Amino acid sequence: MDETILKAYTQESEEALISQTDWFECSETLQKLSKKKKFPTIWCSGCGIGIVMGALIRAIDHLGLANDNVALVAGIGCTARMPGYLDFNTLHTTHGRALAFATGLKIARPDMKVIAIMGDGDALAIGGNHFIHAARRNLGITALVVNNAIYGMTGGQYSPTTPLGGRATTAPYGNIEPPFPICDLAIAAGATYVARSTVYHALELDKYLAEAIAKDGFSVVEAVSYCHTTFGRLNKLGTAVDMMRALKDNSIPKSALDRLPPEEQAANTKIVRGKFIDIERPQYTQVYANLITRVQGGEQ
Amino acid sequence: MAVKLMQGNDAIGWGAIAAGCRFYAGYPITPSTEVAEILSRELPKVGGKFIQMEDEIASMAAIIGARIGGLRSMTATSGPGFSLMQENIGYAAMTEIPCVVVNVQRLGPSTGQPTAASQGDLMQARWGTHGDHPIIALSPISVRQAFDLTVKAFDLSEKYRTPVILLTDEIVGHMREPVDLPDFKTIKIFEQEVTESPATYKAFRNTPDGVPPLAPFGVGYRYHITGLFHDELGFPTQRLDEIDPWLERFNAKLDNHIEDITLVEEDVQAGAKVAFLSYGASARTARHALKLARLQGKKVDMLTLFTIWPFPEKQVEALGERVDRIIVPEMNLGQLAYEVERMVGRKKVKRVGRANGEMVTPQMVLDAMEG
Repeated sequence: MDETILKAYTQESEEALISQTDWFECSETLQKLSKKKKFPTIWCSGCGIGIVMGALIRAIDHLGLANDNVALVAGIGCTARMPGYLDFNTLHTTHGRALAFATGLKIARPDMKVIAIMGDGDALAIGGNHFIHAARRNLGITALVVNNAIYGMTGGQYSPTTPLGGRATTAPYGNIEPPFPICDLAIAAGATYVARSTVYHALELDKYLAEAIAKDGFSVVEAVSYCHTTFGRLNKLGTAVDMMRALKDNSIPKSALDRLPPEEQAANTKIVRGKFIDIERPQYTQVYANLITRVQGGEQ
Repeated sequence: MAVKLMQGNDAIGWGAIAAGCRFYAGYPITPSTEVAEILSRELPKVGGKFIQMEDEIASMAAIIGARIGGLRSMTATSGPGFSLMQENIGYAAMTEIPCVVVNVQRLGPSTGQPTAASQGDLMQARWGTHGDHPIIALSPISVRQAFDLTVKAFDLSEKYRTPVILLTDEIVGHMREPVDLPDFKTIKIFEQEVTESPATYKAFRNTPDGVPPLAPFGVGYRYHITGLFHDELGFPTQRLDEIDPWLERFNAKLDNHIEDITLVEEDVQAGAKVAFLSYGASARTARHALKLARLQGKKVDMLTLFTIWPFPEKQVEALGERVDRIIVPEMNLGQLAYEVERMVGRKKVKRVGRANGEMVTPQMVLDAMEG
């Protein structure tokens, strides 16, 4: 991996530089791992999903995985279109069901790296049940959840992560439902690796995604990428650039938060970036392989 | 193999093992649960995998995912679960992923009566998912045939890259009969064979038989699968010049092999002007009535359908040309009869429907001959 990126990792740099030039042309990595002829993407100018896609590509490249050995499974929504631009085994399924399809695929091919790519509505509303059960089983899948706080593709309806009071086309008087904390939910359900960062902190995403994909267990990476087209417009949050800057100003590394006095920690309203859990638990496909060995050994 | 006493649901489980099914995902539901139970016990013995999912939606998704990963796969359910599976059955049809969905029909609508038999999902099996699509549904009338048609379901699903519904019912599912199953080694299932190189492989191209071979994920054929309208490579498209040829192939692929897919049994009696036409448990009623009628010296034909969808139009039409009246007993209020009426005209068809959980009786069929 590029020296500067590795350096940024070690320094935990918050000031990631996002290339202003033609990112596709200038990166051999991207050319190797993505299907250029499918570009341009469907995403709005300034959308953070492309940044997440870049992070995913760099993470996979960093791990040196063969394209043939990686499957990307997605549901429906803006984020779910990501696999179509990348040169792996790519499966674009039904709304909310990416993890359920991925479950069958991973069990059929435990040797493959299976990455489920979902938005917040896809992963936590219609697909919420699959999310907690995949975590409970500790199935060796990486769940990449791009949290844009809204249903983007359908035009800005409130989602399970829309902040309380936030406006949406279906919450014209402000959202009255408390949002799901994605990482807390994943930890409570049994995920063995959980991390969060934002699209402003692209290099952090690279790092967390690489760790999550390398993990033999259910791993979750939440990438905060507020939708400027609908969520930003309805909540008067400014341009895409303003909202990107806000991710920098309104987020705090977990390590910094941990150093604050307890009362300040409790009062924190910023997005906490960091790795929240990284533990070992028996991974489902390995457990099932052991079961087959036991049964074939004559166990009744 | 030795003669064994087993129920239809057991036979379906054994049929799956014999057909090389190596992945099962399901959710408990009466009256189909025995299929899951037997496969949870037997699959690991042959290196296969069983998982109990969080619901039927996930079960259907998981079997599609597993087949994409290269394992033949199946799920089993009943009415309410079958309703939940519909969206992903459409996905399997759209993406042409082979898989077998067993529906042990129970009385509906809604929760209905879980332990009572029905044939009320006939139309749901055909049109339950949104949009026009090809589908195969097979319906066994005995325990042994539950085994045979499960094997056939796998064979057809692989051959024609389509989900196949094994549309059985609580009676056949829970009925016990002595069966002598064949040696599993003698059972051959169609194998997908990809001859193209990864560079030229197109998972959704047109081929002379209309069924392009399917490469599993992870063996070098990297491609895209989507439930959106797609081009030959599997990428979303809105271009009519790409959509139309695909649609034509997709919707014709079963019709072009209708002889191979259609399974019926004709019991013809020279000079008969009345016929019974039925399927599943109700065909057992009809066959009993047939025996009684013939004992009384009446001339009656019988057509038993094992393939329900695509509807055996040719055979039903031919029957309509031979006889004046077709009596259609079924445990619903005329779902198959609609199709028969479509082929032979309303006046020739006498429906004998029942949708209260009880079987149609032979006497009801005999009475219909008089009415």
